[in-house]
Amino acid sequence: MWLDPANPQLNKNGELHHLLSLEGLPAGILRQILDTAESFVGVTQREVKKVPLLRGKAVFNLFFEPSTRTRTTFEIAAKRLSADVINLAINVSSQSKGETVLDTVANLSAMQADMFIVRHAASGAPYLIAKHVAPDIHVVNAGDGRHAHPTQGLLDMYTIRHYKGDFTKLRVAIVGDILHSRVARSQIHALTTLGCPEIRVIGPKTLLPAHVNRLGVQVHGDMRQGLKDVDVVMMLRLQNERMNGALLPSAQEFYKYYGLTEDKLALAKPDAIVLHPGPMNRGVEIDSSVADGRQSVILPQVTFGIAIRMAVMSILAGN
Amino acid sequence: MPGNPLPDAESLLASLTDRMRPAVGPATGLVGIHTGGVWLAERLHAALGLKLPLGTLDVSFYRDDFSRKGLRRNVKSSDIPFDVDGCDVVIVDDVLHTGRTIRAAMNELFDYGRPGRIRLAALVDRGGRELPIAADFTGAAIEASAGETIELTRDAAGRLALQLTRN
Repeated sequence: MWLDPANPQLNKNGELHHLLSLEGLPAGILRQILDTAESFVGVTQREVKKVPLLRGKAVFNLFFEPSTRTRTTFEIAAKRLSADVINLAINVSSQSKGETVLDTVANLSAMQADMFIVRHAASGAPYLIAKHVAPDIHVVNAGDGRHAHPTQGLLDMYTIRHYKGDFTKLRVAIVGDILHSRVARSQIHALTTLGCPEIRVIGPKTLLPAHVNRLGVQVHGDMRQGLKDVDVVMMLRLQNERMNGALLPSAQEFYKYYGLTEDKLALAKPDAIVLHPGPMNRGVEIDSSVADGRQSVILPQVTFGIAIRMAVMSILAGN
Repeated sequence: MPGNPLPDAESLLASLTDRMRPAVGPATGLVGIHTGGVWLAERLHAALGLKLPLGTLDVSFYRDDFSRKGLRRNVKSSDIPFDVDGCDVVIVDDVLHTGRTIRAAMNELFDYGRPGRIRLAALVDRGGRELPIAADFTGAAIEASAGETIELTRDAAGRLALQLTRN
């Protein structure tokens, strides 16, 4: 087996072959991706926002679960690398005709795919695909179930490094629906690997995973207490579908206790930055005055996200 | 390095500067190629008293060996802080060998605009060209065989030196 059995994302030289999760990736690889992305930020500010790196390569966006923003940013990133991009919204195509995931992938591989960008509602689906593709094909996880969303985690790390520099001096809070959030999991793994000494997760008990403290984080039920003196506030999206179950009484009540308002943000450090992976529910997890305020770096996150995805795709394609 | 067979980089830089002086002016844009070319371009920029700010290129995203070698680690940012359209550009590199780096640099430069003219300055021309590319200004021509690598180094005091390694 030419991939490392302990970490199937890495080849036998310890280089990144697939990007499936940030868990278990060495700090050196995370920094390599962040550094490479920094060079791509410059490219996107030029007259010609394209480099010829992936010319002639075919990148397939395989979205088994709907997503506009993530799919679009992957598409823009691939096009800026000069790759050919094919978008497939599988939930409305073959799957509804009964084809299995692996048959779909085998068919697309026969169309000379070089890279699959996979979004799936089931945790682990990108692993399954990565295990079955030909050795020269690369797989990028664009979000799988509650498990991981590595490129979102990386663009958050890029944003934090851009504004705050050194991770080893930072106090970071992650707020909201931790239980269902693949974003939170990727953030926690990346922050830990990059040496962040204090990660706090803040949310109601019903939206915190059991034993979350085993990930090495502090748990806070009281948002005011949890935000005290933090450098970075990472908000999570409250998924509307969670409202229907027994987990939350109402959006209004969630906003009252866990919505980021100006007076709650005032408890953090005065120069603290506010991140949100989007799409935002204004008035549920974040107040408009904060989302559009001077501490918000939510739109720069989107711009950096393109550079991060360019970096990931070009590093994978070269390994 | 004992018995260094290569000429002194500082004196080569001095003669390169003298050769370029009559050929550059206030409209000349200097662009160094990472890493050695940037060190040289910084020194040339100061010595020639050029007006346009110094540009830098990392050609990693334009290399023709990407599919064989992949992306180099420590890619630097390219930065061209002047308008390339119509500009009189001089690309600066340390060692001119196959010409492939210069081809990549020219391709990247064109993604910033359409230069009026591009010329090439290299501290050392070691021959072995694989593309129809020639330097307009050189410090020296040095014979080197295929198995040898010539590299520019810079010490803590900023002094440049040439280093020969045999693979």
